[in-house]
Amino acid sequence: MIEMFQEWYENRHDYARNWKEKTGGKVLGYFCTYVPEEILYAAGVLPVRILGSHEPQNVTEPHIFGMYCPFCRDCLAQGLQGRFDYLDGIMISQSCLHIRQAYTSWQLHIPVPFSYYLPMPHNVQSPRAIPYLTAELKRFKEAVEEWTGKEITDQDLRRGIEIVNRNRRLMEEIYEARKEDNPQITGLEAMYMVVSSQMTDKEEHSRILEDVLQELPKRNLDNEDKVRLMILGSEDDDTEFVRMVEGLDAIFVVDDHCTGSRYFQGLVEPNGDPLQAIARRYVQRVPCPTKDWPERTRTRHCLQLAKDWNVQGAILVQQKFCDPHELDFPMQKKTLEDDGIKTLILEFDVTVPVGQFRIRVEAFLEMLREEDLF
Amino acid sequence: MAKYKTEPLKLWNKAKEIRLQYYKNYAEAHEKGGLRWVGGAWTFDAVPAGLGDDVYSLTSEPYGASIAYDKKFALECQEAIEKVGYARDLCAYMRNYWGSVLLDKYAFGGPFPKPDFIWQDHICCSHAKWYQTVSELEGGIPMYCVDVSVGPYPPFGEMTPEKIDYVAGQLLDGIEWLEKVTGRTFDDEKFIEACWNDFRSTHTWAKICQLNENIPAPLDEKSMYSLYVLATLQKSWKVVADFYDELYEEVKERVERGIAAVANEQCRVMTDTQPPWAFLKIFRYMEQYGCVSVGSLYTWGLEGMWVYDEKEGRLYPRPMPDHKPRDREEACRMLADWHLQKPEYQHFYSPEYKSKMMIAIAKQAKLNGVILHYNRGCEGLSLGIAENRLAIQKAGFPVMTFEGNMGDEREFDEERTKQRIDAFMETLGVKRVEN
Repeated sequence: MIEMFQEWYENRHDYARNWKEKTGGKVLGYFCTYVPEEILYAAGVLPVRILGSHEPQNVTEPHIFGMYCPFCRDCLAQGLQGRFDYLDGIMISQSCLHIRQAYTSWQLHIPVPFSYYLPMPHNVQSPRAIPYLTAELKRFKEAVEEWTGKEITDQDLRRGIEIVNRNRRLMEEIYEARKEDNPQITGLEAMYMVVSSQMTDKEEHSRILEDVLQELPKRNLDNEDKVRLMILGSEDDDTEFVRMVEGLDAIFVVDDHCTGSRYFQGLVEPNGDPLQAIARRYVQRVPCPTKDWPERTRTRHCLQLAKDWNVQGAILVQQKFCDPHELDFPMQKKTLEDDGIKTLILEFDVTVPVGQFRIRVEAFLEMLREEDLF
Repeated sequence: MAKYKTEPLKLWNKAKEIRLQYYKNYAEAHEKGGLRWVGGAWTFDAVPAGLGDDVYSLTSEPYGASIAYDKKFALECQEAIEKVGYARDLCAYMRNYWGSVLLDKYAFGGPFPKPDFIWQDHICCSHAKWYQTVSELEGGIPMYCVDVSVGPYPPFGEMTPEKIDYVAGQLLDGIEWLEKVTGRTFDDEKFIEACWNDFRSTHTWAKICQLNENIPAPLDEKSMYSLYVLATLQKSWKVVADFYDELYEEVKERVERGIAAVANEQCRVMTDTQPPWAFLKIFRYMEQYGCVSVGSLYTWGLEGMWVYDEKEGRLYPRPMPDHKPRDREEACRMLADWHLQKPEYQHFYSPEYKSKMMIAIAKQAKLNGVILHYNRGCEGLSLGIAENRLAIQKAGFPVMTFEGNMGDEREFDEERTKQRIDAFMETLGVKRVEN
């Protein structure tokens, strides 16, 4: 059952095409997890996250200067290579400058009937952010209504909220199960689970999550003596790396990625005006580093994750040229290490040098296990 | 014999004096019982002016550029910050600035003068994070930051009341914050006057740049750097606003008398993004071809306020507001509305908007070509630059690009850049001018 997540992740385009054929609905590609999927579900639109393919490419050079992160170039490459040719629309919710370029170049060169730039506020610590985002969500809802030709009622919005909330609650439950001394789900499976939820119909995804929750107690994985690791940092769906690390008697038990816990943590509290409720959730969610100011809240949050999931070491994943995370790493590292949690920083590109990383991870694990070399 | 008459700017030394006075004022503020604050070149500096006449600022980007000009010190700063774990591909100004704090060395002599508070704004991912780190490096300086990223201004987007409310609301909250952290009472009259000076400086600077549409160009971009910088230091300072009034008259007179910045002007270009500050001599190298850079959207629109006419495809200076703000609330709303139209804010939402404005300059200033600095030192202003290249070429203007870094000389190759200039001039059919 749990294998379904991997299957969806690996066949994401087939899934979206089939969904379209089956439902006759519209599919929208999005570039950042600040996109309010609740409104899209309310409109009957399937939101799918545009991620890269981890393959070398030669099509983005004329469009994005090489000083920007490989991830944003990999995402744009998918569009330029025609892999998302089924999309009816694209959108971005304002976050980092890098991924924004994938969106704007896509908008310029791969036209689709609908494109939307949602100016998600950066100053999420200001009391002005929720009223402002509420107004922007109203404008966005109106734009979607015009695009689909269908009114989105408050009842639709509440349904959309419930669809997304249910999915969040179920993934939260599965993450809770990773706190156990012998976790019955690996980091790789958890990664497939979260990333696939960004590219499939959440109602269908949630049904599988419910089955997985039933299945977990019956599993018999031998993870008890493995080194418990945390992984955090830039966008990360690098399954090859996670598979390699978990093949070294280690297990990832928690993460702080926008392709992981940061995506689903925090529910929309459906009280009062549904748009305001959605705005509150996105303003108050665990922030991307681009929005984590003036106070640093992520460092405390990550430390708490490490404690709650009883982590022995943390791997900090630095997407090459990812300024927002580069601006957080020195303090992340210090905060974790001051609390006795050792860290390893690795710089990721579109493809990962698995052999070199393996040596570094092995050395890190030896240090964590306090193994004698001789 | 030279094609045009040329002569130095009469106000040149005055510009230098104002700049030096600015840095001195900041350093000596405490000796006079005043306050010191730091923030970015785009911050709403008119607001802290309401705290009194003895409140002095240090803006970060021009300071980072000043360090960049001193290659040895810049390298010292960069290595210091890399040692504590910051990546070397981060904003070069930011690394220079942080290094200066960490080393406790002020670029203008003595130890780094510690600020009393931070007053920043945010549109680039690095803006707020820059000062979050400064606050930490300095042991916990109180920090306030205003988010201005509400989307493009007309004609590129719609400016709804909620967008203005969001920015103006943060400014109003910021005034209360300033009173709390400084213990001072905010003076609305001083604030309103500073707002007016801000409008004057940024309006007049645009008018000065517009004069460079003339042939021959009365100013060259290398000289403009020393003039536009005053608005990046403190656009709300009366001294700056008054200086730009004087400068406008002088440049206008140069146009009337046919005074050129480059005596043998035969080729007109514009650039883009900040230059590699330690290598401004590349502009002198271009002059050997009679090539003048009349500016850029960067020099014209970083602080200059312009209106883009979509129908005509033209840029013109934004007219002054028809009245001074009447109270604090109105001042905050007017300030927000004024600055949200900044040309250099628009490309944060799409390179298409910047391309349109650049093409407008290229047409209005009758350019032969465009030179784009792919600037590894600034993720904010290099944003979308590859798309700008494609759009400008499509509009019929030849484009040369070169890679470099505004503040980190390790990423600039002088000889290679000169060779590219040679090749570009050859493409344009421009020959070296015999002296």
